[in-house]
Amino acid sequence: MTNLYGKTALVTGASRGIGRASALALAQAGAQVLVHYGRAEKEATAVVAEIRKAGGKAERVAADMGAADGPHLLAERVRAIIGGRLDILVANAGISKADTIEKTTVKDFDDLFAVNVRAPYFLVQQLLPALCKGSSVVFLSSRAAAHTGVGTLSAYAATKGAIDTLVKYFASELGGRGIRVNAVAPGVVLTEMSGFAKTDAGRDFTLNIQALKRMAQPDDIAAAIVFLASDDARWITGDTLHVDGGTKL
Amino acid sequence: MSTQSVVLITGALTGIGRATAVAFANEGAKVVVSGRREEEGQKLAAELRALGAEAEFLMSDVRHEDEVRNLIEATVERFGRLDIAVNAAGTEGRSIAVTEVTPENYAATFDTNVLGTFLSVKHEMRVMLAQGNGSIINISSTMGERGGASLSLYTASKHAVEGLTKSAALEGAASGVRVNAIAPGPVQTAMLDRLTGTAERKAAFLMSVPLKRAGAPEEIADAIVFVASGKATFITGQIIRVNGGKTAS
Repeated sequence: MTNLYGKTALVTGASRGIGRASALALAQAGAQVLVHYGRAEKEATAVVAEIRKAGGKAERVAADMGAADGPHLLAERVRAIIGGRLDILVANAGISKADTIEKTTVKDFDDLFAVNVRAPYFLVQQLLPALCKGSSVVFLSSRAAAHTGVGTLSAYAATKGAIDTLVKYFASELGGRGIRVNAVAPGVVLTEMSGFAKTDAGRDFTLNIQALKRMAQPDDIAAAIVFLASDDARWITGDTLHVDGGTKL
Repeated sequence: MSTQSVVLITGALTGIGRATAVAFANEGAKVVVSGRREEEGQKLAAELRALGAEAEFLMSDVRHEDEVRNLIEATVERFGRLDIAVNAAGTEGRSIAVTEVTPENYAATFDTNVLGTFLSVKHEMRVMLAQGNGSIINISSTMGERGGASLSLYTASKHAVEGLTKSAALEGAASGVRVNAIAPGPVQTAMLDRLTGTAERKAAFLMSVPLKRAGAPEEIADAIVFVASGKATFITGQIIRVNGGKTAS
């Protein structure tokens, strides 16, 4: 079993869905987990309580990832709690919006890029002093959106395409310091964020493009995130791991 | 992976295959190692038993179907089932210009890397489909997606392994059989020394890797153990790059 005892981890957007499952899984493997949230204080508190109840270490930490200085404030708060060293950063926080090209507004577009691209970029930048040799950064891409052309997701999908590119550049630039940078790319996952996954049409569509005929749960994605965060993945960097039940093979 | 998993590894006598056998033995699996040299094989099996694992060596040349069929039949006869198969038998073949390739040196590479992998997957899948579960891991390379001057045979053979992996994943999915490939990047093996030729060329080559070193066979083995495990049950049809960022740069 993966051992993350003595490691520190930050998971953004950890109050729900894949972020929540990742925070719980990292804590179960032994890491001290900082549970970031934007507005969902109650849910984040519950995640922290769940980790502590199981004997783990966790703190919640708030920041608005849509604000220009949000990542900077979050990095400050994180460094105040953990001190000098952050071993694991899971930049999971994200928003999604589906709209046709005609209906997409500049505000929607900017909001998507602010939270999904700008925030993780500057969060890594601001946390660099705390990231060390052996640290692992995991971004969230999207297999369903970024690598296929499905539905009316053009703006959201472009943010995830940007993440795939950032992964390669960050991995190349930070490799010399021994910092690994990867992404996981889930397919459609049963979370609150994905209303689509809960509809019959969404389910039919998803199962039709997947080799495995079941819907993904947040735990399926979290397990891959824990792997990438761990030393078992110490030769993996600059890659986007598809955790998608074999989507569009 | 349950500790009682039955694991078959072809090409197990050297490099990545050998490290993978040791990793599974350390996980408590029952391990069948296969290769072409009896004496080395028996020594490896004894080494694995010294780690506390149940282990057998079975001699087999993956280029011959009757030998592959016998290998898999004997594995099932010995341990009752086949849960995980790692098809690590491979050769880099000769470095040779496209204009000089002959059917003979084509066959020398393709018979092991492509036909051997096909025959292995064929007979492993027959057992696993009947069982209703299983995990097959083929070994590709960064050359599974990139090209290499004078390495067209090796490159083409690894591209073929990746195509086979995706198609086999689609055929196995409904029966709970996952098929993935690991694509290792520069790994410190005898094969890397042969491919780079001199120490200077090797050092220059490794500077192009973001993590600035060659990987160790054990680092590939740890990724293989993850992909085979119960933590990766939503991952199928994927090519997992374990290459220190080589393909990101």
